[in-house]
Amino acid sequence: MSGIPHDHYEPKTGGEKWLHKRLPVVGLLYDTIMIPTPKNLNWWWIWGIVLAYCLVHMIVTGIILAMHYTPHVDHAFASVEHITRNVNGGFMLRYLHANGAALFFFAVYIHIFRGLYYGSYKAPREITWIVGMLIFLMMMGAGFMGYVLPWGQMSFWGATVITGLFGAIPFIGEAIQTWLLGGPAVDNATLNRFFSLHYLLPFVIAALVVVHIWAFHTTGNNNPTGVDVRTDSKESVKKDTLPFWPYFVIKDLFALAVVLAIFFAVVGFMPNYLGHPDNYIEANPLVTPAHIVPEWFFLPFYAILRAFTSEVWVVQFASFITGGIIDAKFFGVIAMFAAIAVMALAPWLDTSSVRSARFRPMLKWWFWLLVIDFVVLMWLGAMPAEEPYATFSLIASAYWFGYFLVILPLMGVIEKPLPQPATIEEDFNSKYGKSAGTPAE
Amino acid sequence: MFKKLTLSALTALAIGTTGAMAAGTGGHIENIDFSFDGAFGAYDQAQLQRGLQVYTEVCASCHGLQYVPLRTLGDAGGPQFSEAEVRAYAEQNFEIFDEALDDFRPAIPADNFPANTSAGAPDLTLMAKARAGFHGPYGLGINQFFKGIGGPEYIVALLNGYADAPDCTPDDMEGAYNTVFASGGYPESCKDEAGHHLYPGSWIAMGQPLYGEDVEYADGHPTTLHHEAEDVAAFLMWAAEPKMMARKQAGFTAVLFLTVLSVLLYLTNKRIWKPVKYGRKDS
Repeated sequence: MSGIPHDHYEPKTGGEKWLHKRLPVVGLLYDTIMIPTPKNLNWWWIWGIVLAYCLVHMIVTGIILAMHYTPHVDHAFASVEHITRNVNGGFMLRYLHANGAALFFFAVYIHIFRGLYYGSYKAPREITWIVGMLIFLMMMGAGFMGYVLPWGQMSFWGATVITGLFGAIPFIGEAIQTWLLGGPAVDNATLNRFFSLHYLLPFVIAALVVVHIWAFHTTGNNNPTGVDVRTDSKESVKKDTLPFWPYFVIKDLFALAVVLAIFFAVVGFMPNYLGHPDNYIEANPLVTPAHIVPEWFFLPFYAILRAFTSEVWVVQFASFITGGIIDAKFFGVIAMFAAIAVMALAPWLDTSSVRSARFRPMLKWWFWLLVIDFVVLMWLGAMPAEEPYATFSLIASAYWFGYFLVILPLMGVIEKPLPQPATIEEDFNSKYGKSAGTPAE
Repeated sequence: MFKKLTLSALTALAIGTTGAMAAGTGGHIENIDFSFDGAFGAYDQAQLQRGLQVYTEVCASCHGLQYVPLRTLGDAGGPQFSEAEVRAYAEQNFEIFDEALDDFRPAIPADNFPANTSAGAPDLTLMAKARAGFHGPYGLGINQFFKGIGGPEYIVALLNGYADAPDCTPDDMEGAYNTVFASGGYPESCKDEAGHHLYPGSWIAMGQPLYGEDVEYADGHPTTLHHEAEDVAAFLMWAAEPKMMARKQAGFTAVLFLTVLSVLLYLTNKRIWKPVKYGRKDS
């Protein structure tokens, strides 16, 4: 499976040989779990396991919730109350699922920013990156549709606003929106299809996760130095890497236990902190909430959506040259999706020969500014669209695009990278002193 | 139809983005030290019973509690009445329309509290979770982190928020002036030139429901307006979150278990990596 030479599974007993000839499943598992992993991975590499846990957590709690939930406009809200009041353990299940989505997105954002900092997206890991971006998009779809299911006020009006975005597409928007909703407005048909798709998407994500893992098991993990594992012989591989089991499995499980301790504290003691009180009011098409806000994990992109108002010259220009086909609303929609698209294109926008920002003295600072930018956008997404927030949103959105479209290509040209360690072993040994040698045999 | 929808979506966007500015501001909401606050807080059984009494004798005439099963009044962690008391309470206070009988019959513990929409009043089941007492600062959610979301505090403030209408009120203004209620009607005559509200709150359709001494508590607890309001707010918090005690306990157990597991995994991890990091001699 891996492009890195290492020992493969050898069936020993007769039974093992029999099975291996027919279905090499044990070999597949062995190679997956024993994959040579750069031994200098730091704690930013633990979020993959957290994400894998999240997917299983969401599927398991979700399947049980679906056993008791009723996807009908007259019963959905009541059925959620039924789950919390009458179903055994339902009061935990429901909060575990809702807050699980928050953990999922929290983890995926750190995971993505880790990839951006250490240049994990760069060759030869472009496919891993692109598949990861697809998973992220699917997660957003699943998260959005899941929020509609409790059929509270924010569910309903969030669905109305977001599906309305598709209505902004010129000429065909109306048809697309009606097709998405299953009718002229958010109604029972919408709820039903969202429930169906919300159940489907996690399994699509699971399949993509397999591809994601397959891809980076083929190229090998990136690592904090960005320096490749030496693959000239099994001996040099052994100097640079350690098998995933037990070294990284135990490390990751430790990190997962810490993360989950915090997660369960949130679920147990403040499960509604990340939610919106209005979603405890049953959906009412006749009453618009005073303030429609998406869930926190959509806020950065929501801020970008709203940043491009008709007063912005870029929008006016786009509107002018297209004869008004691209109006402010459609421009905002394009900007929101483009914000993710430019991130997905990072492997080709980054011109530097060096992967890790550890050895990129200029990009490092631009990167941290991007992190701050992301947090600021998240905050702005929850603020009313008035001054000074509108201007802030525009600046912050501009920086998001600027990082990917200008800074990444430019830095590779003007930046002088710092010297990198020759090998992963050297980096590892510099951290753990001279006494470090080869792993215990 | 599509135009209407686009319009509503646009309005929704517009309201979402500018609503906070245009909407009125509520008055100050006091943080109350409820017995159920914090990670280890528990409902006060006597307070829930008093709150139920206020609900039954005052609120229930207009407001329903349609998602609350009557039997849960006997659940541990709640008002925890005996089985006989729950049965008597249900039978004496509520009539349920039974489709099988095609007639009304006295409620039994297996029924929910009835829905009550006769006066157009909102259902109170989830009211304590559907309102926020605390916000900000600057949309950062820090106040909610430390004080809680503040639903029960909002209810107490609202019940205490009735005041004499300001002089600018037109004679034909409907509803009662309340300094805390933010989403009601507001007369033009009480705004300045820029459209800013001169007075906090707005006009609420519900007339003042509690004045103090509206009920007589069996346990002799004081029945000032503030006490009654706190009791009914606590009861409504229980109605909204009846499994809070079980949830906190489950959360605590999980955190405890995971903390121990973390320590064990930390030690395991340290031991596994020691020979790799520092050579075999130290292991």
